[in-house]
Amino acid sequence: MVIMGCGRVGAQLAGLLDADGHEVTILDVDAYSFRRLPSDFKGTALLGNGIDEAVLRRAGIEEADVFVALTQGDNRNVMAAQIAKHIFNVPRVICRIYDPLRQELYDTLGIEAFSPTTIFAHLVKEKIEG
Amino acid sequence: MYIIIVGGGRVGYYLARALLEEGHEVLIIEKNASFCDIINEEMGSVCIRGDGCEAATLADVGAGRADMLVAVTGDDEDNLVACQVAKYKFNVPRTIARIRNPQNEAIFKKLGVDVPVSATNIILEAIEKEVPTHPLTHLLTLTERGLELVEVRIPPTSSSIGKPLKEIPLPAGSRLALIIPKNRRPRIPTPSSILREGDQVIALTTPEAEESLRTALTGT
Repeated sequence: MVIMGCGRVGAQLAGLLDADGHEVTILDVDAYSFRRLPSDFKGTALLGNGIDEAVLRRAGIEEADVFVALTQGDNRNVMAAQIAKHIFNVPRVICRIYDPLRQELYDTLGIEAFSPTTIFAHLVKEKIEG
Repeated sequence: MYIIIVGGGRVGYYLARALLEEGHEVLIIEKNASFCDIINEEMGSVCIRGDGCEAATLADVGAGRADMLVAVTGDDEDNLVACQVAKYKFNVPRTIARIRNPQNEAIFKKLGVDVPVSATNIILEAIEKEVPTHPLTHLLTLTERGLELVEVRIPPTSSSIGKPLKEIPLPAGSRLALIIPKNRRPRIPTPSSILREGDQVIALTTPEAEESLRTALTGT
């Protein structure tokens, strides 16, 4: 599994998948962000930009079963996800898109995209309305 | 034509000026407010502030009736998304994207951008055409047939000089199409044609045979 973006979500996801015994490679453009990984993380932390074909190859994208794009940039996530899906034919590609409109568009284009904005708004609304 | 330009940096600025002069209807979408102000001051109201990757912004500027969208921001991913939103949400017939990483040319084409433009590749092509010592230049690729048209210039050290063509061991899949001697008229190669220093040879070859063709014509 290849995860792009070692922010809070990426690092936590990498830790969980690693603990479940999956082979995980996590990518980030900033080496400092790898501090978020759990100390017992057995996977690979790789410095590089996930929208670069060469970097994705080095991360082992050709053998990956799952690719997850979780950087702060919607467009970066969308581009990396499409490279993973259409160039490297990764079987399962998941992508975070904050902008709900863009998320809808890419969902219809066959990218499994979710918008934390929409999800969180609904969650909070449910909590308030009980 | 109605042309939307995403990105009001230097490329977008000069592009808009040139297109306006040609009489096109042009609109620039730029995130930075001070860039917008400068453009609007100099060219009239042609720039709106916003994110050209957002469907809402594109709807505001009437992307549905645009003939073309050109994305020239400094980031490849932003240019890709602007083109895709224009194409898939607003059915803009033609999209052009500027790319920084030359590797993205093939990726962008595959992902639906009509014309990806890489400054790096354009300069590289210009160098290949300009540098006279470059032994083999690609002129044209016939992708469907797996063939390419190349130009080879015969260097003074080549062992092929002075020999009739039938004695030069050309690789299978390569054929010489034209010999253009210096200061003389081009001729169609025959088995008895003789190559001279400085001749330009136009040849048809497969990508696999390219290297052996180069060696046969320019090797010492």
